[in-house]
Amino acid sequence: MNDRTILRIDKLHKSFGSTDVLRGVYLDVGLQEVIVIVGPSGTGKSTLLQCINLLTKPTGGSIWLEETEITAPRADVDRIRQRIGMVFQEFNLFNHLTALGNVTIGMTKVLGMKSNEAREKGMSELERVGLSEHAAKYPAQLSGGQKQRVGIARALGMDPHIMLFDEPTSALDPELTGEVLNVMRKLAVEGMTMLVVSHEMAFAREVADRVVFMENGVIVEEGPPDEFFATPRSERTREFLRIIGSSPGER
Amino acid sequence: MEGFNNILTMFRFLLPGLWVTLSVTAIALVLGFGLGTVMAVARVYGGPLSSRLAAAYSIIVRAVPVVVIIFILFFVIAAFVDLSPFLSGALALGFASGAYQTEIFRGAILSVPRGQMVAARAIGMNRLKAIRSIVLPQAIRIAIPAWSNEVTLVLKDSTLVFVIGVPEILRRAQYASARTLEPFLAFGAAAVLYLLMTFLASRLLDVIEQRTKLMM
Repeated sequence: MNDRTILRIDKLHKSFGSTDVLRGVYLDVGLQEVIVIVGPSGTGKSTLLQCINLLTKPTGGSIWLEETEITAPRADVDRIRQRIGMVFQEFNLFNHLTALGNVTIGMTKVLGMKSNEAREKGMSELERVGLSEHAAKYPAQLSGGQKQRVGIARALGMDPHIMLFDEPTSALDPELTGEVLNVMRKLAVEGMTMLVVSHEMAFAREVADRVVFMENGVIVEEGPPDEFFATPRSERTREFLRIIGSSPGER
Repeated sequence: MEGFNNILTMFRFLLPGLWVTLSVTAIALVLGFGLGTVMAVARVYGGPLSSRLAAAYSIIVRAVPVVVIIFILFFVIAAFVDLSPFLSGALALGFASGAYQTEIFRGAILSVPRGQMVAARAIGMNRLKAIRSIVLPQAIRIAIPAWSNEVTLVLKDSTLVFVIGVPEILRRAQYASARTLEPFLAFGAAAVLYLLMTFLASRLLDVIEQRTKLMM
């Protein structure tokens, strides 16, 4: 494995019953690389992310995170997940905890940090996403964009080696996506390794090191954003970009 | 003056029964809460064996009249272990209430959004920690209205321990009625006490529900 490769996905398969959702996905992610995965819905993008942190068990192939094969039968799943931050489309904030409580519960219950240490670190993570003044609020008192930023802070609090974003802005009103994308942009600049499933083409163009186009459970095409958007090689990618380009999501 | 004196005397006579009723109810509710949460977790998250055992407990116990459970505990089990009538009655009520509370908490756990568990696992919590720190605290809040109803039911079911001679309110009221030949006064006073307890318990739980309300 190359020194700079942090995540290696090899011949990954996933089927639900007789439906093959992933049909042999190969992807290497380098340290500090930002990859945006695009593609029509129902092509396995979210399933791919769920396989990477083992929320879904792959049916074939292997995934390596640094030196660990996380798909090995006896892999310590809980420990592996601590190294992988996950941000959900529906935020999934813990409803009974404040913004700060959401960020610190993993530190205290999983990492075993003392509560005052966790508090301090939690506040600095909230600071990082620009929400320190909302620390005492409950999820129901936050806007969608704020919820998602708390979700990002919660994942950052575990000091992940890689962050997975599963359509982080798809459940947001258009005027709220900006604040979330800004936080993600900042993380990318800070050198976080990120794998982002998104329909935000402007974000992909600007922030991604590589754009990956998935369809029908396989990666059809990948490349640096300039190439990917300017001179797509496959017919399917061209068609997808044409459809997306005409949609109001494009800015 | 005479009548007022009688009423006061009657309440004073029933008062020791009030403590017995309250302690029987409290023990039964606490035991039922423990059994109910454990069995509900087993039903929702347990393996095939534990979820089936929990389901069997809930179905069988809810199908048997509470008074039969009291008799079984007092006449059968208490023959082997040393159990006072008071303790037999309280434990039997708790065992019965546990089955109802299993259903209350099972419904509440199922109404916690699935994403909560997923997010908890994603930050590296194991199943047990996720259930304890994320799912149950929310489920218990959701369960409060149904649980409040169960409190009043157990409070009234506690009259059943009267059949094994525990001197709770009803037992003492019956005694007073036989002595004074004034059944209306005796049972009316008992009814007033139950009304008061039920009312206060519901109010208390309403306040708790408001204070801990989850905004989702």
